[in-house]
Amino acid sequence: MELFDNLALGFSTAFLVQNVLYCFVGVLLGTAVGVLPGIGPTATVAMLLPITFSFEPVTALIMLAGIYYGAQYGGSTTAILINLPGESSAAVTALDGHEMARQGRAGAALAVAAVGSFIAGTVATVALAVAAPPLASVALRFGPADYFSLVLFGLVVSIALARGSTLKALAMIVLGVLLGTVGQDIYTGTPRFVFDQRELYGGIDFVSVAVGMFGVAEILRNLENEQTRATIVSKVTSLWPTGEERRRSVGPILRGTGLGAALGVLPGGGHVLASFTSYAVEKRISKRPREFGHGAIEGVAGPESANNAAAQTSFIPLLTLGLPAHPVMALMVGAFIVHGITPGPNVITDEPALFWGLIASMWIGNVLLLLLNLPLIGIWVRMLRIPYQVLFPMIILFAAIGTYSLSLNAYDVYAIAFFGLLGYVLIKCGCEPAPLLLGFVLGPLLEENLRRALIISRGDPSVFLTRPISAVLLALALVALVITVLPTIKRRREVVFAGEE
Amino acid sequence: MERRRSLPDVLAGGVFVLIGGAFVVGSLGYELGTPLRMGPGAFPLLVGATVAALGLAIVVKGLIAGEVIAFGPIPWRAIAVITLALLFFGFAVRRLGFVPTSAVTALLTTLASSRVRLLTAVAVAAGLTVASTLIFIVGLQMRIPLWGSWLGF
Repeated sequence: MELFDNLALGFSTAFLVQNVLYCFVGVLLGTAVGVLPGIGPTATVAMLLPITFSFEPVTALIMLAGIYYGAQYGGSTTAILINLPGESSAAVTALDGHEMARQGRAGAALAVAAVGSFIAGTVATVALAVAAPPLASVALRFGPADYFSLVLFGLVVSIALARGSTLKALAMIVLGVLLGTVGQDIYTGTPRFVFDQRELYGGIDFVSVAVGMFGVAEILRNLENEQTRATIVSKVTSLWPTGEERRRSVGPILRGTGLGAALGVLPGGGHVLASFTSYAVEKRISKRPREFGHGAIEGVAGPESANNAAAQTSFIPLLTLGLPAHPVMALMVGAFIVHGITPGPNVITDEPALFWGLIASMWIGNVLLLLLNLPLIGIWVRMLRIPYQVLFPMIILFAAIGTYSLSLNAYDVYAIAFFGLLGYVLIKCGCEPAPLLLGFVLGPLLEENLRRALIISRGDPSVFLTRPISAVLLALALVALVITVLPTIKRRREVVFAGEE
Repeated sequence: MERRRSLPDVLAGGVFVLIGGAFVVGSLGYELGTPLRMGPGAFPLLVGATVAALGLAIVVKGLIAGEVIAFGPIPWRAIAVITLALLFFGFAVRRLGFVPTSAVTALLTTLASSRVRLLTAVAVAAGLTVASTLIFIVGLQMRIPLWGSWLGF
């Protein structure tokens, strides 16, 4: 069996003492920094990247992968405890995770997130090892038209996320796409909507949008009425999920793992798509859809598993095609190049020890994550007891420093203020911030692939319907839109009927 | 059918119309190109128009059958102080250096709460400045000077 030989090679590399040690250090550091409010995995990996440059290539990449998982778990912890997701996939966790924390079930939410991530990580690592080559060939067949339709499908699906009106959710998504166009045009290099400010040429940083919309806006809402502000629970009764919560989590974890493993392969926000889609799926098939947004454990278990599974499988396009599927993967490309390795199809054959060692270390990283985080959950939960008057200045200051550190660009900090105000006004008017964020992340991909597809088809827009993959995805998007709108119509009718009685 | 005017709906719609419209006007200044070779202005024009149209729909719906949303109080003091703190940080971090900028930003932010006492604010700001210096400069080796050029270092 070739697979077992490969895995044996991988584990013999990953189990070297220094590799296990630095995997552990990576997971620990990643969690510690990822827990800092408003700092997501991308920012964490970017900040810790230089530390790894002095090691052997395998060790460096294993440590980086560890930082990534740790940061992701740390980010989810922050999202659950204080509703400050550092990245859009954790924003989904915050929806129900933070509600659970408010109801005093933070421990259960964190434990389910950790166990779900571990199960998803284990399954996805096996999936990665087994399916890397064939899955890569599927991804290879995706043309620009197919990507365009895929992104569109993902955006439409995310409307199901919004609690409020469908119309507003749609407007938020499109606004996100629009704001994503700020910066240099990818094809002509023309700077767009930059007001002659060189600092805006690179576009608005995603972290600024996330920190502003989710961090600052939320703080402003909390400061609206300090007397009656729902004080953060100071007592966590049970760290462990009840039997019923465990039962309710099994299905979402397994479905999330499957969804995440499949969607993570697709280049372009696969993990975001995975957690959003998983949430939407769980909400749709749940017998208690009304609990979603009000502390449904399925809304934590599903997206967290999907997110982690996608985090593993998003290495597939990187390792087989050299294509970063995710901002963190783009940083990994940088790390590969620093060590003189070009990521791409040659890595499997040229550096088998590195390739399979990295895969094996992912599983080890997940084990360490579980061993580290379950005992440390108590420490994370204790963060809840920090008084709000200390916590919110800390969040604002750390957010400003963290965002500034990404590229030492003052405009990234100004953008936090802008998106904080915009987010506050829109949230107060009944708009949900999550769709805007997704639109913002996926918008540039939408434009790039739309234009590329039209160049390839010589300006013929029918290409989106004649390519089978694209046509199927567009049809699915249409179906999703209809399904999302239908219950709204139904509910409105019910309201009208109730009003007549 | 009962008509309910909803100020939040009209306001939200107005924001969408404003931003969408601004991008439409802005994108007309860039080359639009052809479907075969779309210029830099084409996609923002399309998307901006969509945002404006959706915003208009929200305004109309808000005037006819809006969502009833309790608006609640507005924390003007927090909004002003936090915005100022963030703008100050961005503006000053390179000029004044990390330590003084963090201290002022933290102090300003603590004042956002209407119940804070000055002594508490100073203590929190001092603690946060020390903590952030230890975490970001000592721990994470961020390359920002501790004291900036404006202070004569």
